[in-house]
Amino acid sequence: MLALNPQTVKHDPAWLGRIFWLVAGAVLLWPLLVLTEFKIWTLFESSNLKPTLRFLGDFFPPKIEGEFLLLVAKETWRTVAIATAGVAMALVLAVPLALLSVRVLSVSALTGKMNRSPAIFRTLLRWLMIVLRSVPELIWALIFVRVVGLGPTAGVIAIALTYGGMLGKVYAEILESGDAQVTQSLLRNGAGPMQAFFYGLLPQNAAELTSYTVYRWECAIRSSAVLGFVGAGGLGQQMDASMKMFNGSEVATMLIVFMLLVWLADATSAWLRKALG
Amino acid sequence: MHKLPPSMFGARCKGCWFLVGLICLTIASFWTLDLKWAQFFSADAARRMGKFIGEMLVPETSSKFLVKLAGAAIETLAMSALGTLLAVVFGLALAVPASKTHHHDPARWRAISRLLLNMLRSIPELVWAALLLISAGLGPLAGTLALALHTTGVLGRLFAESIENASTNPAFALRTRGVSEAKIFWYATLPQILPQLVSYALYRWENNIRAAAVLGVVGAGGLGQMLAFHMGLFQMQETSSILLAMLLMVALVDAVSHASRRVMSS
Repeated sequence: MLALNPQTVKHDPAWLGRIFWLVAGAVLLWPLLVLTEFKIWTLFESSNLKPTLRFLGDFFPPKIEGEFLLLVAKETWRTVAIATAGVAMALVLAVPLALLSVRVLSVSALTGKMNRSPAIFRTLLRWLMIVLRSVPELIWALIFVRVVGLGPTAGVIAIALTYGGMLGKVYAEILESGDAQVTQSLLRNGAGPMQAFFYGLLPQNAAELTSYTVYRWECAIRSSAVLGFVGAGGLGQQMDASMKMFNGSEVATMLIVFMLLVWLADATSAWLRKALG
Repeated sequence: MHKLPPSMFGARCKGCWFLVGLICLTIASFWTLDLKWAQFFSADAARRMGKFIGEMLVPETSSKFLVKLAGAAIETLAMSALGTLLAVVFGLALAVPASKTHHHDPARWRAISRLLLNMLRSIPELVWAALLLISAGLGPLAGTLALALHTTGVLGRLFAESIENASTNPAFALRTRGVSEAKIFWYATLPQILPQLVSYALYRWENNIRAAAVLGVVGAGGLGQMLAFHMGLFQMQETSSILLAMLLMVALVDAVSHASRRVMSS
């Protein structure tokens, strides 16, 4: 190793490498800027700047008329209700899927390899959950708004499908990650799969399962607010309508309410998860 | 001596109250929402759904359309990459004032920068995109900026935490020799936290690719904008191709991230 005497070496010893990486980064950055039409100066052209400033100026003061606040409160509740109903229906989907796909509850797997047909069945269920999960809820909502019309129904179904896949997959993973000994000895002694689940697997993992569900409920509140933008009801739909009318003061109120809602859901979920251990 | 298990219900049982509250919340939710199940399970909806699926089964595969689709997919990737990059720069710029690095650091700007980061973070990308449409117009610029704003909030908080958790010894060694705070950051703190910053940034990039794909449905560029356009015109074959492209992209990102995680952890 070269001894660097601070008296003689005044400059950065690694300057050449740093400059090289900066230049290389800039060269790579160029196509990105072109592809995303990153003409940031268009934001400051007077044709764009004027409506923006008017809209932003309208933000203060936020609208706090009684009637409007009542409407916002109603829509906020609807946002929470869509998330809750969606997660409840997701559970209806996720619990059977998870139970049927968990490998620990397989009786044939106790003596070596699982039989072929249950193994194939479980793999198929996992694929189903992955497909449900990998379509974003916004896309499900877009599709179901076309089928059942505008309103909360599409939002509830969208959350139920995406979260059903997500919860089912993670439930199965949680159930399989723990110590399988208790469950398997129950199965070996003649307990049915459901008995083994209720007396072996569930008590071991109940806290983790609940805490993950609460966390996902919190995420569902955030996404149900967003789902409104494609017409699935709740705060998002109202916000979309106000934005289209350039009504800054209404948007400001709803943004504040939205931030409070997210913060409240965050705090509630953190508190619940802590209380549940 | 066998100990009896605790009784199922009791006034002091936290879990029971939790359960009761949960059931009430769920019932209230279903009760107050005007859910149109009759309509959803009606013959009419089933017919529409059937027609919908039938039309989706034949995706559009003309080469002209596929070229357009590939363009939109690349645009989505570019949006996510540039959005994440901007977020790294601005996140780091906000994380420095948002962190208290040593015992005598007054950290005057800590509270206000944290508040700003929390505000940026708590508004989802899609809402940012809808807001930015007013000043940036339709197109990928709004989407890129929306991703950048939300991700700045997320990354800034994580970066601030890593700066505060970094070992203070190298910084202390430099500080006792009278080195300026800026140089201390560049030569003592940043090199320590750099691996963590890179891993956070890559993780957010992965999330942002997924977000960028759907962000466009409000008109902010990429695959989502194309989807909203063709779905609005009820061109189901094109819609089906775009949906497949989206799913493929998400699956690809998942697979790459899974594989790289396995390679790096082994």
